[in-house]
Amino acid sequence: MASHYRILLPIVSLAVLLGATFYMQPRAMSYFGLNLLFNLAVPIALATIAQMMIIMVNDIDLSLGAFVSLVACITATYLNDAPLLGLLMLVALIVTYAVLGAVIHALALPAIVVTLGMSFVWGGLALFILPSPGGTSPNWLRSLMTIKPPIAPMAVVASIVIAAAAHILIIRSRVGTVLRGVGGNARSVERAGWSVIRLKALAYGLAGLFGVLAGMALVGLATSADANIALRYTLISIAGVILGGGEFVGGKISPVGAVIGALTLTLAASFLNFLRLSPDWQIGAQGTILILVLAARLIFRRKGLEV
Amino acid sequence: MNPLSKPWIWSWGAAAIVFFLTLALTSGRGAGELAYAALSFGAFAAIVGLGQMLVITLGPGNVDLSIPASMTLSATLALKVMGSEPGTAFFGLFVALAVGFGTGLANYALIFLLRLPPIIATLAASLIYQSIAIWSNRGLRIKPPPELADFATGRMFGVPNVAWVGIALAVAVWIVLEKSAWGRWLLASGQNLRAARLAGVPVESVRAATYISVATFAGLAGYLLASFSGGAALNMGAEYLLASIAVVVIGGSSIAGGNSNVPGVWGAALFMFLVVSMLNSYGAGAGVRNVLTGIIIIGIVIAASTKRVRL
Repeated sequence: MASHYRILLPIVSLAVLLGATFYMQPRAMSYFGLNLLFNLAVPIALATIAQMMIIMVNDIDLSLGAFVSLVACITATYLNDAPLLGLLMLVALIVTYAVLGAVIHALALPAIVVTLGMSFVWGGLALFILPSPGGTSPNWLRSLMTIKPPIAPMAVVASIVIAAAAHILIIRSRVGTVLRGVGGNARSVERAGWSVIRLKALAYGLAGLFGVLAGMALVGLATSADANIALRYTLISIAGVILGGGEFVGGKISPVGAVIGALTLTLAASFLNFLRLSPDWQIGAQGTILILVLAARLIFRRKGLEV
Repeated sequence: MNPLSKPWIWSWGAAAIVFFLTLALTSGRGAGELAYAALSFGAFAAIVGLGQMLVITLGPGNVDLSIPASMTLSATLALKVMGSEPGTAFFGLFVALAVGFGTGLANYALIFLLRLPPIIATLAASLIYQSIAIWSNRGLRIKPPPELADFATGRMFGVPNVAWVGIALAVAVWIVLEKSAWGRWLLASGQNLRAARLAGVPVESVRAATYISVATFAGLAGYLLASFSGGAALNMGAEYLLASIAVVVIGGSSIAGGNSNVPGVWGAALFMFLVVSMLNSYGAGAGVRNVLTGIIIIGIVIAASTKRVRL
């Protein structure tokens, strides 16, 4: 029962915000309007899923924004000019993430600090590759991100695909269940005969994979990159996971919720534009929306107790 | 007792090594200037680091992500009320501390009343503080009153005044943690919240006081930094988010809480500055500098953790 409530709140918040946006700007209720509203949702949703993989195993990733920026820089330079080399670099990044997960577990290091240190490393590499903003998106990536599917715009379709894929991977599959078990009780997973170090490496590797996809999607939309392009993703992705009903400990996460959380955060920014709020108060209003939605969790939690 | 068993020795040792590596390049020239600069710039990281240390001591999940925003807001409002007028320094200090106190109280209210995880509560609140700072600042760069600027950039007995403030604060925090009931309560809450509550520790008051302290420290750091650098800027606090967490951990405090380490914070703050200046003087570009800084942070954490396991 509790798991149903977990997903209900993100859906309600998104619906309320969407309703408010349509009320403010009825013309947004169209294919083109939705596309504009959720334009940047795809990379944010992918980054949120990446962060969710880490939170799933009770860790937190403070380097994700710098990592996505680095991927964006590689995508806009090497992947465009020398696709094979670029691809190799991206694969190496994913492997590095998996190794990090294993090292963090093997040496019992605090993930918050290791990822903090890694954020300097990723940021430094990004500056090294692209000292000043520039680069070009590979053409295939550009056309993939601006494709116009029938019925619903690309951002919405892609979000549904991401949510479904992550749901099958984490909630439905055998290994996903064990992965969540690592967050719930790593010792009993270990006793049951699983190698926790491999599972942690897998969780981090998946985070790396989704982080890479987020960086590529971002370049496909932005057409160029810079070393700071996605720094805010670190905090946005954490907020998205929690907004989607996830919790910091216990492997209690919801992939569908996380994607909806990412959409809500994206929509919040668009909504504030429609409100014609003074730019001074835009970020403050985003903070307020975040607090309001999370405060609503209190009500749902009480209801959950009654049921 | 083995001196290596003191966790703070690592950050001081690392700072000393980096200091001498930098001097090796200049064959010893400029040692005084380097130490002076490290003490000046390290002081700001140390002040916010001390606050962050108190919060992290509260136990897993406790961290204040609103430090940069609190610093910026306090500094902006303090400089605004002072308006560069001579003789307003103490009034400005009062305003900065009061603003810090207020943001800390607001953070704790969100955590306690809405039961938000501290990471999210301080993150969301920091967005609001940022907005208030933008709105009140309007891009103006107000200079600090001259006597305050002189104080912030001045020295006493060869040590920068801002470092004296940082040292005094460190001593105060150390006394409170080690000698007062409140400090013991804080450590007890961090080690086991439930056990502390059952033992009669007023854990919620302890948490409230801690979140208010960190924000007040951030207010002080913002006030000093703005006076030191000739005015408040909206991004002035940005680098102190990661720095405040990094100095706590490099300083040897346990990230899991319940164990804090005051001298280590200062050692780590000096170290963080010295690493950057070492890499600068060896001619490393911004990219290489960041990569090496990150690797060094991780290296120290690994070194400190394996040592702890062996002991």
